[in-house]
Amino acid sequence: MRIEDFDLALSPLPGAAPVWHGDVDAAAWRQVCQQVHDKGGRLVALWGSDRRELRRGFVVHAALVIRSGLVWLTLSADHEAYPGIDDIFPVASRMQRALGDLLGIYPHNPQDARPWLRHSAWPADQYPLRKDFDGSTVHPATAQDYPFVTVEGDGVHEIAVGPVHAGTIEPGHFRFSVIGEKILRLEPRLGYTHKGVEKLFEAMTLESGARLAGRISGDSTVAYAWAYAMAAESAVDRTPPERALWLRALLLERERLANHLGDLGALGNDAGLAFGLAQFSCLKEDLLRSNAALFGHRYLMDSIVPGGVISDLDESGGARLMAELDVLDQAVSRLHNIYDDHAGLQDRFIGAGRVAPELAVGLGLCGLAGRASAQAWDLRAQFPAVPYDRLDVQMATHRNGDVAARVTVRFDEVNEAIRLCRLILKGLPSGAIFTALPKAPDNAIGVGWVEGWRGEVFVALETGADNRIRRLHPHDPSWQNWPLIEHAVMGNIVPDFPLINKSFNLSYSGHDL
Amino acid sequence: MHKIIRQILRSGIKTETPPESNDALRCTAQRLQDEILRRFGGALAIRHVDAGSCNGCELEIHALSNPYYNLEGLGIHFVASPRHADMLLVTGPVSRHMETALQRTYAAMPEPKLVVAIGDCGCTGGVFGESYASCGRVSNVIPVDIAVPGCPPSPSALMQGILTGISNAQGLAK
Repeated sequence: MRIEDFDLALSPLPGAAPVWHGDVDAAAWRQVCQQVHDKGGRLVALWGSDRRELRRGFVVHAALVIRSGLVWLTLSADHEAYPGIDDIFPVASRMQRALGDLLGIYPHNPQDARPWLRHSAWPADQYPLRKDFDGSTVHPATAQDYPFVTVEGDGVHEIAVGPVHAGTIEPGHFRFSVIGEKILRLEPRLGYTHKGVEKLFEAMTLESGARLAGRISGDSTVAYAWAYAMAAESAVDRTPPERALWLRALLLERERLANHLGDLGALGNDAGLAFGLAQFSCLKEDLLRSNAALFGHRYLMDSIVPGGVISDLDESGGARLMAELDVLDQAVSRLHNIYDDHAGLQDRFIGAGRVAPELAVGLGLCGLAGRASAQAWDLRAQFPAVPYDRLDVQMATHRNGDVAARVTVRFDEVNEAIRLCRLILKGLPSGAIFTALPKAPDNAIGVGWVEGWRGEVFVALETGADNRIRRLHPHDPSWQNWPLIEHAVMGNIVPDFPLINKSFNLSYSGHDL
Repeated sequence: MHKIIRQILRSGIKTETPPESNDALRCTAQRLQDEILRRFGGALAIRHVDAGSCNGCELEIHALSNPYYNLEGLGIHFVASPRHADMLLVTGPVSRHMETALQRTYAAMPEPKLVVAIGDCGCTGGVFGESYASCGRVSNVIPVDIAVPGCPPSPSALMQGILTGISNAQGLAK
């Protein structure tokens, strides 16, 4: 479906991402969502803002992806309510619940009306993202019982795990209903790492917000920093120098490499092959050390700012990276061969945690995990911004949707990222790496949309006066993919949960905000 | 199998060999082992809690186990329960939603116990600070023995922090 197919007034936004924005009424809101859904489009994000200062009351937004790009709809939420879209896009359910917790606007007929991000830190009748909520006020903890869905029957029992987990991972609670070792149902409860990120942005300027954007999800700092910068650049209608954009892509691909290498090692380890972890973690460490030597930070935090990047790459640095890519390429190819040949490893990978393509499309699985279940979406290939429009990115996909497929997609994406890094290093244009941005106009909007290693990172920005942020919503692909883990583990045994969970490797911090 | 063995041989030993003298890493390794032998009988058990981190510090804690740093080679290992941990590594500003879980984890550890606050957020609250949703620094919630700044702190800084924690405990025990 293309943008011309809508019977709506939509205006294109300036900037690197192909985005159209339009205000809609309640009827058009649901109609457009239904149209997009029926034509195979997806919901990227649902969020809201308090525009009472602008006499617009509360509004709810949706970002939908179609073949032409991204459509951003805004609907007035009269009487603090709006027509929900969780019946059209099941993935909207938790976003609607979070919107209720944070802004106090609710869908008319929600399929699930439980709180999501609010546990005990603020009372049910207070809403952090309302402008009259003071973000520094500490409310007394409220007691709260969260009604998990229970499974009953002979021999069924529950295992409660978390929020403090056995390994070094982020906190969340998992409620398993099991019979023997077999998982009948998994219900996660997230929100433990909610630290008021969106409220913090509202006290910041476009400049100062970049640092926070890079800390929404530490493993995706480049993706978030780029999406944030892209949104700011879109709001002020400026394009950074070309060299800066090429360097950003180099950083993004290096972030993809670091995370995929780490995951490939950890997946080997979770299936009992410690050799894999030792080998891949060395490759990752080598990459991180070069990041520190050439860009000043192991994970590349704060390397991207609105207007460009902060550190340039000289010729010797480029040559060093090129030489290291050759070593990495060879090592990965040897390890890929070993993984493929290892019967014990493949026995654990194949068939574990399967998400069939039909389920993936129905529930909106996206990003890396989506591509492993035949959901062929990759912004770098479909909506290529500079420099990806010059690189002919080859999307990696698989149909099986199991742990093995997610491993294969990671290997393919490592190989592709190595190819892209080489092309970027060869084609890096000369020139400046930063251009100062003008002050943002009041009440402007902007969008950033970047294919991070986990999936698409989306940032929607509304500016206020004096270059300040009035509202910023960062959206992590984990919102889409957490519900699919619940399906992926059904019928598997509890001891395979860590392996299946790792094969998705979703973010808690990026989701809880 | 032969491919695995060939790859292991090709990789060689990556663990950074402590130089002969005046090198912080070697000092660290040796002092760690001495201290651990004296106080913890050769094994220091660490429990990690992410109390609201962005996941950056976790990446560096993971790196401690890679062959370059090889923390386990020094007799220090991560354990799955606070019940048999000597040291608690806490990352992140403590989110309000993790406050109780962190207190309970701390309470579940046997005495003597040490707490190391990791990263700028753990030390000061960092970019997240104190708010309706965040308690800020770890010491606002549980007693902290050592604070290791950095965003995130490098694996070597983390190793140093762990060592300092053990030295500190010795001093306190007198």
